[in-house]
Amino acid sequence: MHRGKGMKFVGDSRISATKTSQIPKDYSEYPGRTEAFWPNFLLKEWLAGSVFLVGFLTLTLVHPSPLGGIADPTNAAFIPLPDWYFLFLYELLKYEFASGDYILLGMLGLPGLAFGALLLAPFLDNGPGRRPGQRPVAVGMMLLALASVVWLTYTSASHVDWEARAEMDKPIPESEVAIDTEHDGYAAYEASCMSCHGGNLEGGPAAPTLVGIEYTAEEIADIAVNGIGGMPAGIFTGSDEELEQLSDFIMSVNESTE
Amino acid sequence: MLQKIYDWIDDRVDITPIWRDIADHEVPEHVNPAHHFSAFVYCFGGLTFFVTVIQILSGMFLTMYYVPDIENAWKSVYYLQTEVAHAQIVRGMHHWGASVVIVMLLLHTLRVFFQGAYKKPRELNWMVGVLIFFVMLGLGFTGYLLPWDNKAYFATQVGLEMAQQVPFIGEQLKILLAGDASIVGAQTLTRFFAIHVFFLPAALFGLLAAHFILIRKQGISGPL
Repeated sequence: MHRGKGMKFVGDSRISATKTSQIPKDYSEYPGRTEAFWPNFLLKEWLAGSVFLVGFLTLTLVHPSPLGGIADPTNAAFIPLPDWYFLFLYELLKYEFASGDYILLGMLGLPGLAFGALLLAPFLDNGPGRRPGQRPVAVGMMLLALASVVWLTYTSASHVDWEARAEMDKPIPESEVAIDTEHDGYAAYEASCMSCHGGNLEGGPAAPTLVGIEYTAEEIADIAVNGIGGMPAGIFTGSDEELEQLSDFIMSVNESTE
Repeated sequence: MLQKIYDWIDDRVDITPIWRDIADHEVPEHVNPAHHFSAFVYCFGGLTFFVTVIQILSGMFLTMYYVPDIENAWKSVYYLQTEVAHAQIVRGMHHWGASVVIVMLLLHTLRVFFQGAYKKPRELNWMVGVLIFFVMLGLGFTGYLLPWDNKAYFATQVGLEMAQQVPFIGEQLKILLAGDASIVGAQTLTRFFAIHVFFLPAALFGLLAAHFILIRKQGISGPL
């Protein structure tokens, strides 16, 4: 076998020109201006890469990557949703012929057929012609598959209220507030406030957190009696002494976090 | 100095042919966007590789802070997002890169498909490419769990339930992935981490090497 100096290759490939099988057409047979890969073309590639990188970095700066709340396996209200590029497979399972008794068809049959055909495309579409017009079946199947994927993804995504999802699943770090249950005002808090403001003053669906508020003790006592915003008046029903202990308790928790 | 070091090494191991083999080839006109702007479609493959490199580098930096256990995984990502300098950008690159790489991969696949570039003698390289696509989807699926937030947890639970329904091997497949027959928890997270960071990248590197060696060996397909 001929090696080394004087070896002839086909085009830019490593296939010997003297071997007769599997030879792609030599580029010299096509009219055109070739260009050396190193360094001319590589410099242009870097240019294209830089433009791409600028666009990509702009995307990451404009849209910081999302992080939901810490995983809570007991959260029964959370509606699971896969990453967007799996949505079409997920949506497919909602059709009658692809769920229930036919789940295997929807889960393995149809996707397996589609991806299997993709993998074996060169053997299914084995004619000599390369132009799309010369292989209508292969091109038609691909267009059909592509349209289905786009349609399924669109249908799946259009039902989702993304903003509400993000709102329901905010990243809130665990509270590091130390609650002194021995405090004089804790009993009053437990009796009047805890059902809405939570055991750790963290707030809830009906009331905001009481940690990090900027009120004086007098203002807190006033709010407890007269309400504020969506909080009605008359929620606190204890004595004046208990009211003072309560506002003192809420103040002390706020001071301990500073 | 550098030339001397190069000569010293080249004298002993003859490295010139190795990189010359990559550097010395002509780029034909029909793939060169400088001559025909429509040839930008030939950039999709290269850009896919570019995003893959971004993913590898940003992922390497993320593992410096990320802790794959259920107590600290979410906290470490939260810490990354809020405390570490520029980590929001690095995580942003990894997060968005995961989507962009799928988009570029799809565009590259469609370019090759509609040009019929997978036809003889390039059938093998097409199949290697489709396998790369599958590995990328696997990386997306396993990486989605790692931040251990609600959407990650519940999406993975659904994915594992689906794996369980595979005939004959479903149960074993689920246990292999989740580490337990019913719990999606600590074992699942470490397994997904190992798959995401070691197993699938190893497969990816092997397939990428095969993909590129085959391209050099066979050359780019001619114009239509």
